[in-house]
Amino acid sequence: MNFFADAVAWLFDPTNYVGSNAIGIRVLEHLGFTLLTLVFASVIAIPLGFFIGHTGRGRGLAVGTAGAFRSIPTLGLLTLVALSVGIGLTAPYAALTVLAIPPILAGAYTGFEAIDRATIDAARAVGMSEGQIVRKVELPLSLPLLMGGLRSATLQIVATATLAAYVADIGLGRFLFTGLKNLDYAQMLGGSILVILLALLLEGIFTVLQKLVVPRGVAAGRPTDIWAGFTKLAR
Amino acid sequence: MTWIWSNLDLIWDRTLDHVVLSVPPIILSFLLAVPLGWLAYRFRVGRGIILSGVGLLYAVPSLPLFIVLPFIVGTTVRSPLNLIIALTLYGVALMVRVVADGLASVDRNVRQSAMAVGFSEWTQFWRVEFPLAGPVLLAGLRVVAVSTVSLATVGAVIGAQSLGSLFTDGFQRGIQAEIIAGIIATVVLALALDGALVLLGRLLMPWTRSAPSAARAPMRSDKEAVA
Repeated sequence: MNFFADAVAWLFDPTNYVGSNAIGIRVLEHLGFTLLTLVFASVIAIPLGFFIGHTGRGRGLAVGTAGAFRSIPTLGLLTLVALSVGIGLTAPYAALTVLAIPPILAGAYTGFEAIDRATIDAARAVGMSEGQIVRKVELPLSLPLLMGGLRSATLQIVATATLAAYVADIGLGRFLFTGLKNLDYAQMLGGSILVILLALLLEGIFTVLQKLVVPRGVAAGRPTDIWAGFTKLAR
Repeated sequence: MTWIWSNLDLIWDRTLDHVVLSVPPIILSFLLAVPLGWLAYRFRVGRGIILSGVGLLYAVPSLPLFIVLPFIVGTTVRSPLNLIIALTLYGVALMVRVVADGLASVDRNVRQSAMAVGFSEWTQFWRVEFPLAGPVLLAGLRVVAVSTVSLATVGAVIGAQSLGSLFTDGFQRGIQAEIIAGIIATVVLALALDGALVLLGRLLMPWTRSAPSAARAPMRSDKEAVA
């Protein structure tokens, strides 16, 4: 427990809050990096996922690719890209965007697929155009599952952003690697605690968001998380 | 590519290290997840506590967990045991939910028939619910296997030897082929374990072979029951 006391002391030591390696700056870097990567991946994955979900085309390909991506080790991709483009921020951004796409894509199209066909047929029967069906029916009903996809992607990015410090000078991972290198237990534990807190905070925010996006009037009992989608696919 | 041919021994050694790190967590997480998943499925109170607990556990990033865990359980950061425990925790976090969902997917009529012919709760679990949930459990375990193999590589940055060591070594020495070899070996190992699980599933659940849609049947009847 002594080590944890040291870590807490490190967390509250005012000298760790000044300069370019300040805890505050590293937290913001980590958060900024996570959100920006999430935006990059979403811009690609969400429209594609909606297209697959609405038309049903390319579904097999998407499922297959998502499965293959799960087996690709993040550290391998990160070091490979870093070696090709050089040390810097390009490698982490590129590698993490690629890794964040499959969960968002899965969230987007499973959201569309989970909708009862009768609901869509009813929308068509009352005279809605395809565009209206997507915007007014499919999109709102699919939001909880899409949010689930964004949630898994975010967790993935926060975790891998820590690893990104291995190839670039960014984020909270710096404390972990510096601590490991100098056997500075307070720093590596303190840094780890910060990453874990950040991840749990984001997880909490997404849990709330996921509940908020369920349209009013949608009956209880719908699958609202991505795992329900995954196990269904796997079956 | 010459690097790969002249270092096949190294790749093989790291693959064996990797198997030692990743296979025990896959087996252990299944053994631990079955009782926990059953508790979550059987008791309403247990469900909330267990499922949110594993949800939070799964949200903890791997590298920080690898570093914090030794200070809690008393191993050293580099010891394989540390990694095996951490990977088991992730496996449990994934698998508990699958077990709970799988048990819940068993047709209610089947369960009531088992009760009606006088099965005790214990017998009912082992002879009816567990085997019928089998295909779902297998699907979950395959996800656990693939992600465990992939996650185990992260241990390399804290000094635990695995296929991930090919990434750190290749990065530091600027050998691209070494990293590529590591990625390929990791993916191949993941696919091999996945394939082994599929085979094991066919052996243990011969009934799924003749009717590929059997796994989906309970869900369909659930829907019909609602309709």
